[in-house]
Amino acid sequence: MLFGIQDPWVWSAYLLCILSTLLCVVYGLINWNKGDEAVKPEDVQWAKEEKEEVEETM
Amino acid sequence: MDLFSIIIVLVYLLATGYLGYQGYRQTKTASDYLVAGRSAHPVVMALSYGATFISTSAIVGFGGVAANFGMGLLWLTFLNIFVGIFLAFTFLGNPTRRMGHHIDAHTFPELLGKRYDSKFLHVFSALIIFFFMPLYATAVIIGGAEFIGPIFRVSYDTGLYIFALIVAAYVIAGGLKGVMLTDALQGAIMLVGMIVLLFVTYGMLGGMVPAHEALTAMKDQVPKFVQVIGHRGWTEMPPFGWSAPGTPMPQAVGYHLWWIMVSTIVMGVGIGVLAQPQLIVRFMTVKSRQALNRAMVMGGIFIFFMTGVAFIVGSLSNVYFAQKEKIACQIINENVLMDPGVDGKGKLTLVPEDAAPEVVQRAKTFVSYRLPSEGEDAPTRYVLRTPAMVVTRGEGSADIVEPHLVAVMRTVTLGTTMQGNTDTIIPRFVNSAMPHWFSVVFLLTLLSAAMSTLSSQFHTIGTALGRDVFEEVTQKRHTDKSVTVTRLGICVGLIVAVVAGKVIRGNIIALATAIFFGLCAASFLPTFVGGLFWRRMNKAAATTSMLVGFCTSTFWLAFVNGKTAAGLGLCKFIFGKDHIVPPTWSVTWTVVDPLIVALPLSILAAVLVALLTKPMEKEHLDWVFGGAAPKAK
Repeated sequence: MLFGIQDPWVWSAYLLCILSTLLCVVYGLINWNKGDEAVKPEDVQWAKEEKEEVEETM
Repeated sequence: MDLFSIIIVLVYLLATGYLGYQGYRQTKTASDYLVAGRSAHPVVMALSYGATFISTSAIVGFGGVAANFGMGLLWLTFLNIFVGIFLAFTFLGNPTRRMGHHIDAHTFPELLGKRYDSKFLHVFSALIIFFFMPLYATAVIIGGAEFIGPIFRVSYDTGLYIFALIVAAYVIAGGLKGVMLTDALQGAIMLVGMIVLLFVTYGMLGGMVPAHEALTAMKDQVPKFVQVIGHRGWTEMPPFGWSAPGTPMPQAVGYHLWWIMVSTIVMGVGIGVLAQPQLIVRFMTVKSRQALNRAMVMGGIFIFFMTGVAFIVGSLSNVYFAQKEKIACQIINENVLMDPGVDGKGKLTLVPEDAAPEVVQRAKTFVSYRLPSEGEDAPTRYVLRTPAMVVTRGEGSADIVEPHLVAVMRTVTLGTTMQGNTDTIIPRFVNSAMPHWFSVVFLLTLLSAAMSTLSSQFHTIGTALGRDVFEEVTQKRHTDKSVTVTRLGICVGLIVAVVAGKVIRGNIIALATAIFFGLCAASFLPTFVGGLFWRRMNKAAATTSMLVGFCTSTFWLAFVNGKTAAGLGLCKFIFGKDHIVPPTWSVTWTVVDPLIVALPLSILAAVLVALLTKPMEKEHLDWVFGGAAPKAK
């Protein structure tokens, strides 16, 4: 029994929710400074077009 | 609604509008950060993504389902966090962004169309989105309307119109732009609202463990109609199994709940999130993998406090309703009779005084009442009368009714069936169990949840029609006409969602959401993931996979799944029966979600056709995976 719940299929779901949240937190913190990439011209071009399109629709 | 509540709501709406305006002036949408070569703050990004991901559907609709089916729904929260955040951010986010920017795709259908060099895939996927996403938008709007009704003390229909008006104003005034700070403000309000809801609920019920134990102890109060399909208590999973053909009733339906809960609710939504067009496009607005890594910290926490809290609190609302609810009211009539129809499954109607004896005999007894603050013109409220009910007549003060009903039975009223309406459980719980100030905070939570999701939904619906279908068919880019068609698409989406919200009310939010998520997963997932990671995946494989996934899903929904087939009525019209599962087959087939059949088939189709046909031209593949564009492009 865990958290006052007897059925292991239910308390394990509760536990996995907490563990997967912790996984996200730990993974994010460990990789906080990893994976930075310089912005390429195609990224900027894409963003400009996206902005234009949304503003046209407004 | 009192003046204080109206002021709070107005302040919130003004703050949202102001942030949107500031965002417009200072250009702070996700695209602006990218143009400037910067990244939004990770917390802002995570809250903004989370606010788009989570809507009133998750909180009100699925929270209500948890109140009915129990805490086993936490498996969906686990998938929401592990699949929807961890796997999506780790594996799908960056490749989607890289490919999207490189091939200059701005919508999900465009991404598929360009990746596979296929006009058909581009238009067909856009049409699926245009025709089916309003179903999901309907679920989100109903979720808001079900809460606005009770808090404004107006009818559901009026609540629906008020809500639609607020959403439309927000979308028109700037919601479409997706200003990061506005989304983040909405995410922050949602987070605060749900955290308070969790702690107040646990506190009210004596703490986490006592609350769970109290819920476990209520297993003998599970209503009969869910008991027969396998409900064994709110802290227990239903039994897993497959009825043998010819098994007599009610044993034949004994495994139904497991299949509804796991195949439709948990798998359908938990996996379907990976193929949500409006979320996939958001990956394209981030700067780098680093931004995704950082956003994951807050993203995981956010989702836990959204669906996790909704499912925990939804389940625990049973303890509150059965043991603690006291309605201070003015009783109008202690013996109102309502008729559930000949088979006991119809919508409840008031029994007229001159009704036939058999109608009176099968009728259910209700107590009708009015809240102290309500005038005589307010709609009459009803609560089911059972032997457990305690009524204390007030001498000069309010009468007290203690219904002692579990959550879903508390929602049974005039116009519902005897199975109630789970969509109204969370609104009822918050309005009844929480202090009034919190109801207002929670209203803001739901407004935030709905506005952020709906604005991205309507944007996706509009661009599906304007950019993806109209421009692709006419081969004219960025014309005034395509902008008009996009706007038209948004208007049609909104109108369809509101009209559908009026027509199909009742136990529908979770089902509509699950249908859309499942359909997206079966139609898009193999094509999308295969397109990102497998060079061998070609146009023929993608087309076959999408057609197999879509056709299998829609066929299953219309002819095999008992609930959806009966609801659509097409099967009845053609074959004269609710579903086409032969009597010699197991009745469990009628509760298997389309996803369980359609997704494996669409994956199989993708792999087989890809392996049996020629890969796409090397030049094209080099381009979509980051190389130089072919000369023809």
